[in-house]
Amino acid sequence: MSASKAQDSRLDAELQQALVARLTAMADDELILGHRDSEWTGHAPLLEEDIALANIAQDEIGHALLWLQARSELDGSDPDELAFFREVGAFRNARLVELPKGDWAFTMLRQYLFDAFETELLSRLRDSRYPPLAEAAAKAAKEEVFHLRHSGLWLERLALGTDESRSRLTSALQRIWPYLPQLWQPLPGDAALQRAGIAPNPADLEQPVMARVSAALAALGLEPPADAVPNPGGRDRHGEALVSLLVDMQSVARADPGVDAW
Amino acid sequence: MDTNTRAPDDARLTPEAVWVALDDVKDPEIPVVSVVELGMVRDVTITEGHVVVDITPTFAGCPAFHAIREAVAERVRALGAEAVEVRRRLSPAWSTDDMSEAARTKLHDFGIAPPQPHGGLLLPALDAPVACPRCGSLDTELRNAFGSALCREIYTCRSCHETFERFKPL
Repeated sequence: MSASKAQDSRLDAELQQALVARLTAMADDELILGHRDSEWTGHAPLLEEDIALANIAQDEIGHALLWLQARSELDGSDPDELAFFREVGAFRNARLVELPKGDWAFTMLRQYLFDAFETELLSRLRDSRYPPLAEAAAKAAKEEVFHLRHSGLWLERLALGTDESRSRLTSALQRIWPYLPQLWQPLPGDAALQRAGIAPNPADLEQPVMARVSAALAALGLEPPADAVPNPGGRDRHGEALVSLLVDMQSVARADPGVDAW
Repeated sequence: MDTNTRAPDDARLTPEAVWVALDDVKDPEIPVVSVVELGMVRDVTITEGHVVVDITPTFAGCPAFHAIREAVAERVRALGAEAVEVRRRLSPAWSTDDMSEAARTKLHDFGIAPPQPHGGLLLPALDAPVACPRCGSLDTELRNAFGSALCREIYTCRSCHETFERFKPL
């Protein structure tokens, strides 16, 4: 990295702390969703979908790595250590991504909603004044094009397929909707990051994400549940689902800590 | 690029010699194309025997990146470099437009439809007709936007009925 760039990348302590927190939330969303998606490997309803979702899972985990590597440049943390040796209380993913994988409609609807959110987030992060963040966002944004297209097509298939697929999609919508707002809930340092032009305030993503999602649902004759009560609490609150997910996800690394390669 | 004139291992360590040597390092998932042909090698600098190679990942989650990084370091060490550092560079994000024409030809001959240059217009490129690498027909159909590796998708040819992979435009 050139000297001038290194200078651009230097942050004061407050901003650094805020960015570490934001990167952790972003990485944990991707890592946990990627793991949930990977649970379909070998179990998806069609072979081609098995392959597709395994790819998407791998991409999401790849994005988690981008954010954890950006965090590592700030605080020297080790991405593997954070993924595989952190306790449940230290994870900062939104509840949405930790919910058990459910049926295919639930999985695809969750993926679509997250893809819509991530697409809006990345398009703003690309303009970050912090070069490592802008670079990583530009990288992830290209891959996200494939995800949103894929999950958007599944939304159509499920909505317009059979009575059963539509009813499963409708139930998934009821179940997932209360967890959606937590995705754009600001962390304490986000206002400072926004002022410094480093990251958008996540609250500003609500309008564009909802506009995108509502239009997609309306085109399929679906409506967001009117009476959904948003799930309370912040990203430091998790359910039992995350505990059992971590037991599974971290088991190999914890079985032989310090090993160089598996 | 003439890949047949390979620098002997005792040649003077120059960036040119390193570039030529790195043409030996193949993508483990597509063994016919090298990391140089794919456009993954961004820069080679040498300061007093210390070689720094900047490489960029194709897809962020590509599991081959780790192996490629080690293979690059090993190949440069074999040239006699005292110290080798292989750095990951993200920007500008890798694009299939960074591939050489030789890479496209080799992919095609290997049975993978190469990505056509798109100049950054990704969505039109995704929907453009894809020629079957076996019979050349454009009467092909996308079966799955995801394939056996992150960089590929699956097509079927309606003319010769073969199923083939396409390297995704990125």
